[in-house]
Amino acid sequence: MALETFYEVMRRQGITRRSFLKYCSLTAAALGLGPEFAPQIAMAMETKPRTPVLWLHGLECTCCSESFIRSAHPLVKDVVLSMISLDYDDTLMASAGHQAEAILDEVMTKYKGNYILAVEGNPPLNEDGMYCIIGGKPFVDQLKKVAKDAKAIISWGSCASYGCVQAARPNPTRATPVHEVIFDKPIIKVPGCPPIAEVMTGVITYMLTFDQLPALDRQGRPLMFYSQRIHDKCYRRPHFDAGQYVESFDDEGARKGYCLYKVGCKGPTTYNACSTVRWNDGVSFPIQAGHGCIGCSEDGFWDKGSWYARLADLKGSGFGVEANADQVGLIAAGAVGAGVAAHAAISALKRAQHKNTDGAQKTEGGEK
Amino acid sequence: MTDTSLSPGTAPPAAPPTEVARVIAGGKKLTTVYVYEAPVRLWHWVNALSILVLCVTGYFIGSPFPTLSGEASAHYLMGTIRFVHFAAGYILAVGFLGRIIWAFFGNKYSRELFTFPFWRKSFWKGFFTEVQWYAFLKPRPLKFVGHNPLAQVFLFFVMVLGLAFMILTGFALYSEGTGLGSWQAKLFGWVIPLLGGSMQVHTLHHLGMWVIIVFIIIHVYSVIREDIMSRQSMVSAITNGHRTFRDDDPD
Repeated sequence: MALETFYEVMRRQGITRRSFLKYCSLTAAALGLGPEFAPQIAMAMETKPRTPVLWLHGLECTCCSESFIRSAHPLVKDVVLSMISLDYDDTLMASAGHQAEAILDEVMTKYKGNYILAVEGNPPLNEDGMYCIIGGKPFVDQLKKVAKDAKAIISWGSCASYGCVQAARPNPTRATPVHEVIFDKPIIKVPGCPPIAEVMTGVITYMLTFDQLPALDRQGRPLMFYSQRIHDKCYRRPHFDAGQYVESFDDEGARKGYCLYKVGCKGPTTYNACSTVRWNDGVSFPIQAGHGCIGCSEDGFWDKGSWYARLADLKGSGFGVEANADQVGLIAAGAVGAGVAAHAAISALKRAQHKNTDGAQKTEGGEK
Repeated sequence: MTDTSLSPGTAPPAAPPTEVARVIAGGKKLTTVYVYEAPVRLWHWVNALSILVLCVTGYFIGSPFPTLSGEASAHYLMGTIRFVHFAAGYILAVGFLGRIIWAFFGNKYSRELFTFPFWRKSFWKGFFTEVQWYAFLKPRPLKFVGHNPLAQVFLFFVMVLGLAFMILTGFALYSEGTGLGSWQAKLFGWVIPLLGGSMQVHTLHHLGMWVIIVFIIIHVYSVIREDIMSRQSMVSAITNGHRTFRDDDPD
């Protein structure tokens, strides 16, 4: 398994040097790097051997893989799909059974400490991990085994990053995100259900060309795609600032493309690149199609109440009540207001009573 | 240290039960004490005003006005509401900082807000006396130059811890707009993952508003009630700084 460089593979596949250089500058632009980085990317691709990627699948729905193979940027897709050394991916690979598992062991020993582990889905920990069996063993064992000698781990999607719907309360299988099982490796979270294809290929390309992790935010997400909210770059943002909202999905505002804030759009609380990169070759994204963002790349989005309400119900915030902050607040303020009124009434009565009894002995001077 | 306007030169006798009693024991008739210095009073009213503005604008950020028609470029309603909210937030935060700084320079009553004398026995005695007074179990409350212990606990939890929480979460949410690398994000950005994400922080900030509204109801009511029924002045004290007592009884 002598590894060729990216460039050699590209040339072998009939890609001209001109296209190759174009790809390098496009990638530099997509990653938010300056033009001086294009030759650096070209250099890396010409000289670096390809890094093996092992792609594991735990509890998941394969939407990440589905998204990934639809990466619209043709060159990116070519590079990543045919040119990264995707040595193990039990969903995509041709071999199966013992043969497939043998490849895993082979890569792990041959490229010890040099392969990238991509995880789609997460391990369920209840019943010793029996809710997800890969090759006759619990997925959590496979994950721990492969992670041991990996250079870095990519957590694909909200499952691997945060748990996602299989971790929704009461989480019967105890589905657990990767970073709560593996502690000793750098983990890059690429959340989303699924993540945008170009984001996935962008992250992999960056890691392979620069041989380092992309800059991450506090939650471990690549800054280049997750540093801004959907809301910050939303094309409907002017309607938000103006105060023009869709009040219901069949009203005039909906037809005119007003802001979806009032029908529960989670754009203002969701970090992702949908409003800039969009989906399916930049065709559209949920808000463009007239539906609010559901916040699928945010931790806990599956447990935070309705897709169609801005004010989350407090059950999801750990308060255990199915009411939003305003309902709870109004009830509390009402109760306290009533209490105050009652207290004031009793105080007035008491005072009147005291005036009558004390009146005789108290001098006016004491009262000032 | 105690600024009793009627006893300028008297050396206080060794640790009498209360300072009110101390001045009385000196043979002086106590009528007023200068409690709230100018910066404290200024802070109180600026703080009150910004809280009012923040609650109203904050509510309308969460539940916006009915939609406007016409060109988007003809309006900037939400933008204006948010601007006013952020401006008031800055004023509140600067005021809060200023108030903390003043606690180092002001008189001892200026420190009362930030100290919660959990281990002092007399504090808890006063606390329960006040609770009884509010529960109509005592016909007459105690006298206090500064805050009464019940008020002090209440203020400490809502106006110190509560406001600090609102400032932290508020700036964290604001930093989402100013973006990574801004000083707001550097100073306050950590709050968002800590509390479980942007949506969660929005919810908690919103709940915080209701805590403060409930506080305002109780605060305004109890101040007016105390002003009428207690043994010292309230509203005029936070306006001109002088606390007036209604009687000369030692305790």
